[in-house]
Amino acid sequence: MIAAMFIATLAAATLRVATPILLAAIGETFAERAGVLNLGIEGTMFLGAFAGFYVADLSGSLWIGLAAAIAIGTVLGLLMAFLSVTLGVNQHVAGLGITLLAGGLALFAFRLNYGGSSTPPSIEPFERLSPLADVPLLGTILNQYALTYVTFLVIVPLAWWLLYRTSFGLKIRAVGENPEAADAAGINVFRIRYAALAIAGALMGAGGAFLSLAQLGAFTHGIISGRGWVAIALVIFGNWNPLKVLLGSLIFGGTFALQLRLQAMGLQLPIPYETFLALPYVVTIIALVIAGRQASYPAALLKPYRRE
Amino acid sequence: MVLPKFRLEKTGAPFWFRTLTPVITLLITFILTSGLILWGKANPFQAYYYFLIDPLSNRVSFLEVLVKSTPLILTGIAVTVAFVSGYYNIGAEGQLYAGALAAAWLGTRLEAVPMPLAMLIMLAGGFLAGVLWALVPALLRVYFRVDEVVTTLLTNSIILFIVSAILNGPWRDPLSGWPQSPEIAESARLPQLVPRSRLHFGFVIAVLTVFIVWFVLTRTSFGLKLRAVGLGKEGARFAGIPVERTMLAAALISGGIAGIAGYVEVAGIQYHLISALSPGYGYTGIIIATMGGLNALAVGASALFFGLVDTGAQTVSRALGVPVYLGEVTQATMLLVILGMFLLQQYRIRRVR
Repeated sequence: MIAAMFIATLAAATLRVATPILLAAIGETFAERAGVLNLGIEGTMFLGAFAGFYVADLSGSLWIGLAAAIAIGTVLGLLMAFLSVTLGVNQHVAGLGITLLAGGLALFAFRLNYGGSSTPPSIEPFERLSPLADVPLLGTILNQYALTYVTFLVIVPLAWWLLYRTSFGLKIRAVGENPEAADAAGINVFRIRYAALAIAGALMGAGGAFLSLAQLGAFTHGIISGRGWVAIALVIFGNWNPLKVLLGSLIFGGTFALQLRLQAMGLQLPIPYETFLALPYVVTIIALVIAGRQASYPAALLKPYRRE
Repeated sequence: MVLPKFRLEKTGAPFWFRTLTPVITLLITFILTSGLILWGKANPFQAYYYFLIDPLSNRVSFLEVLVKSTPLILTGIAVTVAFVSGYYNIGAEGQLYAGALAAAWLGTRLEAVPMPLAMLIMLAGGFLAGVLWALVPALLRVYFRVDEVVTTLLTNSIILFIVSAILNGPWRDPLSGWPQSPEIAESARLPQLVPRSRLHFGFVIAVLTVFIVWFVLTRTSFGLKLRAVGLGKEGARFAGIPVERTMLAAALISGGIAGIAGYVEVAGIQYHLISALSPGYGYTGIIIATMGGLNALAVGASALFFGLVDTGAQTVSRALGVPVYLGEVTQATMLLVILGMFLLQQYRIRRVR
C-alpha cells in the first residue's frame, strides 16, 4: 500500500511537472512544423510567468492574469514572426534576442513594481480540482490544476487534430516542408507562419503562467530555469508529433518528480541530488542520438522564404 | 491580416543609409527603450546621459567598462569562431563554466609555481576544459548529425548542476558554509593592470585573442577553410576541404576560448568559483558576435560597447533609480534593431503598386 501510494503521488507530481513544459513544447511544435525554430521560448515563458503574476496581482483575478500571459506570448510570437518571416533574419539569433528582451523586460518590471525584497511577493494560486477524491490512489493522481486537465485532455489532442486532420494543419506542415510548392499551390506562406508562431507564443506564455499562477503562486528569477530549452529538446525527441511530445514530457516529468520525492523524503543518497536534476538533460541528449538518424526535421526549418 | 504592400529589392541600400546605420540604430533603440525609462519615472535624455556618456567621463567607471567587457570579448570571439564555420555553438555559457571549474581547481594547487608559469598553466587548463565540454556536442553534430543548438543548450544546464553539486559538496567552504570554492593561490591570480582598480591582465588576454582570431580567420588558409565550410558544406567538400574535421576544429576552439573567459573571471575577479559567476556572458556573446557581423575586430568593439551598456545600466540605476535590467533590455532591443538594419543594408524598400 505504501508503495502504491508512493507511485500515485509520483504520478500526480509527474503530471504537474510536465504541464508547463508540455504546453510550451506543443507551441514549439507548431512553430517548427511551419519551418521556424523559436528560441524565444525560454524568454516567452519567463515573461508569461511574470505578466500572469503581475496582472493577476493587479486585477485580483487569476484568469485575467492567465489571459494576459497568453496575450503577451502571442505578441512575442508575432515579433518572432516579423523577424524570421518578414525580415528573414537568422532564427537562432532572433530567438535568443527575444529571450533576452523578454527576460530583461520581466526583470525590469518586477524590480520596478516589487522592489528588490528578498521574500518574493505571492498571490493565492489556482486551486486544484479533486474529482473522485474519495477513491484511493486514483483520487491522488486526479488531484490536479484545471490547466493540467486542459493541457492533457484538450490542447494536446486538439493540436494533433489540427496538424493532421485539418486543412490548416496541412498548410502549416506544407510551408514547413516545402514553402515554394505550398506557395505555388496558393497557400499564403507568410500568413500561415505568422499564425503558427502566434499559436506557439500563446502556448509558451500559458506554460510560463502555469508556474506562477498555479504551481508557485509567486514569481521568482529562477522560475523557468531552462524549462524552455527542455521543451525544444522534447519537440525533436517527439519527432514533431504532439502525442509523442506528450510522451517525452511524461518521461522528463517523471525523472524530475522522482528527484523531488526522494529529496522530500530526506533520503541520504550516495550521489548528489543534482544528479537527478541533470539526468533528464542527459537522457534527452542520448535520446537525440538514438532518434537522431530517423529524426525527420521539417525540411524548411531555419530557412526564410522569399518570393523571387 | 493584410501584409503591407512593400517589396524588398536586393540592390544595396543608398550610401547615406549605410554610413548612418549605427546612428539610426541607436536612435531607434533610444525611442523604443525610453518608454521603459518613463515607466521608471526618469527622464530618458538624462538616463541616456548616465547610460552611455557618464561612464566614459571618469577614470574609475571607464576602467570598469573594460573590466565588464573582458569576458564578453572572449565569449563574443568564441561564438564568432564557431558561427563562421556554420556551427551554431549556443554552449559558450557552459564552456565558460568548464573553464572556471578548471581554473578554480588548478588555482588552489599552484602555490609553489611562480606567476608567469602559473598563468600559462591556468590558461591552458581553462582552454582545455572548454574544449572538453564542447567535445560531446561537437562530435555528435559532426558524426551523428545531432543538432548542436539543442545539445549545447542542454549541456549548459548540465554543467550548472555539476557546479552546484561540487560547490555544495566537496568544495563547500568549511568555515563559512558558503557554496563557493576555496580561494586560489596568489601566484595563480591575474595581476592588476591599474592599481586600485579591478582591471586585470585578463583584458590583455582578451584583446590578444581578438587579434589572433582576426588574423587566423582572415589571413590563414585554416581561416579560409572555416569560412568556406560556413558558406556551404557541399561547395567546401567539392573544393577538397575536409568539412567534418574543419567544423570540429572550429567547435572545439570556440569552446576553448569560452573556457578562457571562465578562467579570467575566476583568476582576475572572483578568486574562487561561485555558481553565479556568469550572468549569461555566453548568451550575450552570441548577440555580440552577431552585432559584430562575425568580424573579429568588430566583435571586439561591440563587446566593449556592451561593457559600456552594462556599466551604464548600473550608473542609471544608482543615479535615477531605474532598474538595472534596463541594460539587458537595451542590448536586446539594439540586437533586434540591428538585425533589421543589416537586412535593410542589402535591400531597398520599394512600394508595390
